[in-house]
Amino acid sequence: MDLKMDLEERLRAETWGKPSSVNDLPQRVPPDRQTQFPNFASHKNLQKREDQDPSISNYGMRIEPSFSEFNRPSECQPPLPSNPISQDRGVQMNDILQLGKTQEWDPKAMLNNLSFLEQKIHQLQELVHAIVGRRGPVLGRPDELVAQQQQLITADLTSIIIQLISTAGSLLPSVKNSLSSASTPPIRQLGQLGGILNNSGSGIGLDSNLVLPSQGGSKVPDQSNQVDPMDQSAIDNLEDHESKDDEDGDEGENLPPGSFEILQLEKEEILAPHTHFCTICGKGFKRDANLRMHMRGHGDEYKTPAALAKPHKEAGSEMMLIKRYSCPYAGCKRNKDHKKFQPLKTILCVKNHYKRTHCDKSYTCSRCNTKKFSVIADLKTHEKHCGKDKWLCSCGTTFSRKDKLFGHITLFQGHTPAIPFDENKGGLSLQGEHNEDTNKVGNVSFSFGSSTPSSGGVQNIMEDVKGNVDDPSSFFSPLSFEASNFGGFNEFTRSAFDDSEGAFSFLLQASCNYTQKNGGQSSSNNLE
Amino acid sequence: MKRHKPAVAPAPAPEGPALFDLLSEEIVFMILDFLDEDPLDRKAFSLVCRSFLALESRHRKSLRPLRAEHLPTALARYPGAAALDLSLCPRVTDASLAVVAAARGDALRSLDLSRSRFFTAAGLMGLASRCRGLLELDLSNATEMRDSAAAAVAEFKNLEKLRLARCKSVTDIGVGCIAVGCRKLRLLSLKWCLGVGDLGVGLVAVKCKEIRSLDLSYLPISNKCLPSIMKLQYLEELVLEGCFGIDDECPVILKDGCKSLKVLDMSSCQNITHVGSSSITNGAGCLQHLTLAYGSPVTFALAASLKRLSMLESLKLDGCMVTTSGLKAIGNCCLSLTGLSLSKCSGVTDDGLSFLVTKHKQLKRLDITCCRKITDVSIAHITSLCAGLTSLRMESCSHVPKEAFVLIGQRCHALEELDLTDNEVDDEGLKSIARCSKLSILKLGICLNITDEGLSHIGKSCSKLVELDLYRSAGITGLGIQEVARGCPSLETVNVSYCNDITDASLMSLSKCKRLKTLEIRGCPLITSLGLAAIAVHCRQLSKLDIKKCCNIDDAGMIPLAHFSQNLRQINLSYTSVTDVGLLSLASISCLQSMTILHLKGLTPSGLAAALLACGGLTKVKLQASFKVVLPQPLFEHLEARGCLFHWRNKVLQAELDPKCWKLLLEDVMH
Repeated sequence: MDLKMDLEERLRAETWGKPSSVNDLPQRVPPDRQTQFPNFASHKNLQKREDQDPSISNYGMRIEPSFSEFNRPSECQPPLPSNPISQDRGVQMNDILQLGKTQEWDPKAMLNNLSFLEQKIHQLQELVHAIVGRRGPVLGRPDELVAQQQQLITADLTSIIIQLISTAGSLLPSVKNSLSSASTPPIRQLGQLGGILNNSGSGIGLDSNLVLPSQGGSKVPDQSNQVDPMDQSAIDNLEDHESKDDEDGDEGENLPPGSFEILQLEKEEILAPHTHFCTICGKGFKRDANLRMHMRGHGDEYKTPAALAKPHKEAGSEMMLIKRYSCPYAGCKRNKDHKKFQPLKTILCVKNHYKRTHCDKSYTCSRCNTKKFSVIADLKTHEKHCGKDKWLCSCGTTFSRKDKLFGHITLFQGHTPAIPFDENKGGLSLQGEHNEDTNKVGNVSFSFGSSTPSSGGVQNIMEDVKGNVDDPSSFFSPLSFEASNFGGFNEFTRSAFDDSEGAFSFLLQASCNYTQKNGGQSSSNNLE
Repeated sequence: MKRHKPAVAPAPAPEGPALFDLLSEEIVFMILDFLDEDPLDRKAFSLVCRSFLALESRHRKSLRPLRAEHLPTALARYPGAAALDLSLCPRVTDASLAVVAAARGDALRSLDLSRSRFFTAAGLMGLASRCRGLLELDLSNATEMRDSAAAAVAEFKNLEKLRLARCKSVTDIGVGCIAVGCRKLRLLSLKWCLGVGDLGVGLVAVKCKEIRSLDLSYLPISNKCLPSIMKLQYLEELVLEGCFGIDDECPVILKDGCKSLKVLDMSSCQNITHVGSSSITNGAGCLQHLTLAYGSPVTFALAASLKRLSMLESLKLDGCMVTTSGLKAIGNCCLSLTGLSLSKCSGVTDDGLSFLVTKHKQLKRLDITCCRKITDVSIAHITSLCAGLTSLRMESCSHVPKEAFVLIGQRCHALEELDLTDNEVDDEGLKSIARCSKLSILKLGICLNITDEGLSHIGKSCSKLVELDLYRSAGITGLGIQEVARGCPSLETVNVSYCNDITDASLMSLSKCKRLKTLEIRGCPLITSLGLAAIAVHCRQLSKLDIKKCCNIDDAGMIPLAHFSQNLRQINLSYTSVTDVGLLSLASISCLQSMTILHLKGLTPSGLAAALLACGGLTKVKLQASFKVVLPQPLFEHLEARGCLFHWRNKVLQAELDPKCWKLLLEDVMH
């Protein structure tokens, strides 16, 4: 019981502690929202009748926050038609339930639903028991297993929550009315409710044209054959949604809010001169005692000495609470403060998301010079289709593979890797913009000025430069003298390629103009 | 103290300079060389007279300006300063770098830009073209830096030391440019340069043959680049922390290389099992310092393989699973260990540790933090056998009874550092420990059994104490602090956080410690502005101050602080009674860089805005998230452009627990 209290407190603290971008909403979460927890808990306990089993009560606790989360968004929606404006959500829900009871309430159907739910929870309990029993002997590839089990349980829990909601929802006259008027099948209703539940942003107010959010990241167990025939179709429908977007790791994952732990790692944490680090969130501490106090915040499971000793081995209890990540960029949909917050699944997702969304697209395909990427893997994928020779040496030689370029540089003294053009952006934005324009010009004019006809439609710029260097009357020579006296080979390589953003950029600029006046090659643009 | 005299009494001016003129400039410079302990001493010297000012200006070799705006005047005043540390400047633009380049040119030897932002590759390029004599460059944390900037760095042809830690945007190409350009590199740190892989590192190893020290921590490198690294003839220090790509194949390569290697760090290399780490040690016979922290379990096999390392001096196994047989094998193998760290190792038992110390009587530094299984048996062995111990860290050795701490004082008189955080030590123990007269660092945090009486003993005899930590040791009230303040004049760091009974009287006595630099008095509700004022007036070197949750400190404390503590860098004001007035007065401290301002009841948005605008040197401010909405966005944009970073917090106000409650809660966590 103590444990339960604690957890409840924690959950409450979590929901409260959640940084509220809710600030900009007209209404805040009502202060007496806590009362809602007991309300729901008691309601549920009534439904389940017994459930003194700790594991079950645990689930109860899991589910509760999602109720509260469910309630929150609806606050920003216009109030339900049948309901006067009420600040107290808990009371409001109860009112609605009461209302439903007085109007039309089929206790038999309700009992059916409830007993079905009970049955389902028992099944889940068995499953978890089985997992607990199996944990010891299983050794190989524990990560995969854990993930699968997690998904299994998540899926089950989700469907239980959805059905609970739908049971309660059937008592809601407003929903019923609007649905019947829109002549949506009950399945739709269920799905919609699921959507509301899962996507904390969408409210009841959005009607049947609401697109059902996909149910990514949860493997669905073969439970359809165990299901009460009454709810068969509904379950099937949900399962469809659950399994459909299974592979899509990044997009559209809709876990019920509160069923996962949100982590947001600050980069500053990494540099902190601490000696004790939290294995869960990475926060550092000067004293182990403070780390242990901190671990309490991660939940009851970390309070056992065993969990504290080696958390990576004892993943048992920890895996129950799924971890999701928040993007540190304020205002982003992936940031936990966002109204329609959609968490990220893994740290890799965070990395990729952050790069793709909030960073400069600094990787430009050197082949086509138009496509830009912020994640290098994306660039690589693109380049498989776009071009072959992308790695450039200062001598002008191009390579299809980076290791070949580095082999070349290892072999030849004075050769250095050449910086691709998009790099200019990194240094000076103004110059970068300027380059973009001139690059195009350069490319175009090259096809006129080049002595060696290009083999394809896409022209390699570095070849162009090479040509220039070979040309004794090249306008580069004066520049080379001024820029660097490195002697020999280095001289032309440097002037030709590496001074891209150097102090001599203005000289290059000048030489640009000069050549343009002369009507010669304007390929110098490429060098900026 | 002598040095201050001329500054105070310039009365005998007529003969003073004449006598001093007899000394040649070299001799004065040699004297000045000894004035390095305290920066204020140099300042005092230069304020004596015009010739002293000129002498000191010519003598100064390194500069660490607080603002980049002052660079032109600072560089003009100190023509001899060849080392420039700009890490305290909140904003270093290309223009600042151009100023440096113009003023110093080839004379510039060392440049630290490790925390600077706002400069670009163009600025570096300008610098490179004019400062060809640069030997040392620190560009750490330039997370925006790209390959073009790395190519600019490659223009510093004479560079010997280059630090690029956390330059995440640099790729193999950029590092390739540096490898080709900077052939004289002796030290290279690529820690957290996540864009750099095998190819870049491999090229560095091929091109920069002079490398002595190479830090490759957390790089996505694999075994492929190791053969070329191992061919580096002079390599002495190699750090491979957290290189997950390196696995058991690597030791085979390591076997045939690097005779010169002295320091090897392979912590957190999760893919190296005990097989791998056992055979690593085959090659590097000269290895002196080995770190295998957070790695594979320390078993008999691994420990036995250390036998080949005849020169091994220190061994770090932090966070590893340690077996008793492993510990015994270490005892039997390494003959000359002087440093051993078993911090947070699970599995350290009395049996294993006792055996180990019987074989390593030369141990000078021992870290057994959080070895929770050991008892007085281990302590008895350690103290009786390793009499030469200078550093003993044993935070949270919860099974060591209080009687054992008496042994430490009885036997280990050479101790200079002792960490007893979260232990059972009592006044008897402290009385005994007071015999360690060389003690300079003493940590007694969360020791609930100690009182003023025990601490008084420390104060009476440990006159060399520099750092004292009494975090949450609630038995300390005042008399003990008084005794310490009287007996330990060289105290620099004091932490009495959450010792609820500490009063102003303690702070007034602490104000005798003129060297005090860091003071943490969190959660001491009895302390008022009066006590803080005493500290401010007397401890002029104070640079870090934490008065969080000292609810009786108000504006009256801030005003003397602003007036006297001109060296204050960092302050935490959360939960105090300081208002707009106090905060605004702090703005007159030109050094102030970091502020934490949470839950100040008397703070208004406009007051905060004014204070933030007035503090020109701020680099980091922690604020309540609610202010983000209340204050205009352009204000924050402006401050960020000045180089200030904001950290938004949304912590709920929490009541503070009594230290004993806190400890009980902590024990609940454990059991």
